[in-house]
Amino acid sequence: MDAFFVYGFLQRALFAGIFVAVSCALLGVFLILRRDSMIGHGLAHITFAGVALGLFLKIVPLGVALVIAVAAALGIMKLKEKAGLYGDTAIAIFSSMGLAVGIVLATLAQSFNVDLFGYLFGDILAIETSEVWLSIALAAVVVFIVILHYHRFMYMTFDREAAKVSGIKVGRLDVLITVLTAVTVVLGMKVVGILLVSALVVIPAAAGLQLASNFKQAIILSSLIAVISVLFGLFLAYYFDFPASGTIVILSFLIFSFFFILKRFRRIH
Amino acid sequence: MDSSAADSKPLIDVKNISFNYGPVEVLKDVTFTISSGDFLAIIGPNGSGKTTLIKIILGLMKPSHGEARILGKPVEEFEDWSKVGYVPQKATHIDPLFPASIKEVVAMELLASRRFLRMKKREEEVSIEKALKQVNMERFKNWRIGSLSGGQQQRVFIARAIVNQPHILFLDEPTTGVDTETQEHFYDMLDSLNKEEGITIVMITHDIGIVNKHVNQVACLNQKLVYHGSHEEFCQSQAFKDMLAGGHHLVSHRH
Ligand SMILES: Nc1ncnc2c1ncn2[C@@H]1O[C@H](COP(=O)(O)OP(=O)(O)OP(=O)(O)O)[C@@H](O)[C@H]1O
Ligand SMILES: [Mg+2]
Repeated sequence: MDAFFVYGFLQRALFAGIFVAVSCALLGVFLILRRDSMIGHGLAHITFAGVALGLFLKIVPLGVALVIAVAAALGIMKLKEKAGLYGDTAIAIFSSMGLAVGIVLATLAQSFNVDLFGYLFGDILAIETSEVWLSIALAAVVVFIVILHYHRFMYMTFDREAAKVSGIKVGRLDVLITVLTAVTVVLGMKVVGILLVSALVVIPAAAGLQLASNFKQAIILSSLIAVISVLFGLFLAYYFDFPASGTIVILSFLIFSFFFILKRFRRIH
Repeated sequence: MDSSAADSKPLIDVKNISFNYGPVEVLKDVTFTISSGDFLAIIGPNGSGKTTLIKIILGLMKPSHGEARILGKPVEEFEDWSKVGYVPQKATHIDPLFPASIKEVVAMELLASRRFLRMKKREEEVSIEKALKQVNMERFKNWRIGSLSGGQQQRVFIARAIVNQPHILFLDEPTTGVDTETQEHFYDMLDSLNKEEGITIVMITHDIGIVNKHVNQVACLNQKLVYHGSHEEFCQSQAFKDMLAGGHHLVSHRH
């Protein structure tokens, strides 16, 4: 137990993980209710291209990934609005492109190596101090913005037209949610890796939504589930030498399943 | 045309509005004004463009021709939306699983334009309670919106529309699915909002009984504006006679 709190790298992982998990869960609630829960999955694949490009150009992969993910997220949004494509079609097109470009670039950069695998499968226990601070800062900004626009985001998700008539600039806030999602996915990548980041966005939020009878509960429950998954996931990973990313996601899935069953059970009785 | 409102400045100004869905003409050159203090009923058969007209006035749809102004400003430039309340036509678009309590649904409107987190929590509660009381729903304030009946949901959306004490209230068939007792209560409430607090009301309705009892202005729509003017004149007009002659496809009688 002591080691968990003594070793700097563990504390760093814990700190960053908790902040990022909360921002994932917060956005996850809105994305699920906006019927947009696949966006995390799509953006993760695009993030792969960003990372590969960073490795190829030998610039900070995290920074390149951020730029690419935000640009792609806005592209998907515009494609949905303007071209009349169904949301999941736009995501499918962009995400396969991301993966394809990523594979080509990674091969050209001859970087199918430990580095890339770290990004793919998550490597939070190896997170660097600078990345910790960047993650915490960005995640804090995400959380702050969600709290600032809490009622507006809730309104436009619930009843878009009435929200417009109440003066909410739904178009602008759509862009904001899209950008926040892209940033969160890239941060989540540092915690659980590209392949599992969409789980961190969707599963804790879905679990929270199982039991919530109002929006505040949904937001708080989802965040709590995300934090618990990261906390105990890291704990188990450290002591039993499990991979952290997989453990975190499996834990959140177990919590989801428990709530799911609890809800059906309640309804029967 | 608009005799009763000749001296008061128009709150809403609808100028030559036309609207098409592709080749289908929905609105044809509609022009009229709504003055402060009016209680206007918009009537007309299904598909006559009533909802479309209101959505254009509120800036939710762009007209093919013409322009709508609110408080003198083109609707695209209008900013002061807390002065406007809106109850959309029967809220079938609502997600029945959405995790929001009644209180939260009303709070969304109340806090939509708050710059920072919130005003005083206490004031907030009072405004929400008051709005819910006016539609007899305060007992349900902690219920999930999806767990209410359609009529109860409609009452909540009415509470949401009045929580900011708007200057003008748009209601698209607000009492569809609301029981008779609540309807009476609701129209009495609209009357007092209109007469005592001077709130302008624009209401789409199929209920001619209500038109007779409460409103002072009538707009009769059927692609074109067939009639617009005071309620007294409306009863003498050809449009009204046509409507009665045409029977129930135009408007329904209430007992
Ligand atoms: N999305 C759409 N695409 C094509 N045509 C539409 C669409 N929505 C409405 N319309 C057409 O526009 C016309 C006017 O519709 P609108 O909803 O304004 O009528 P309304 O007067 O409100 O009718 P109701 O009394 O049934 O509510 C209808 O004839 C309808 O066919
Ligand atoms: Mg209508």
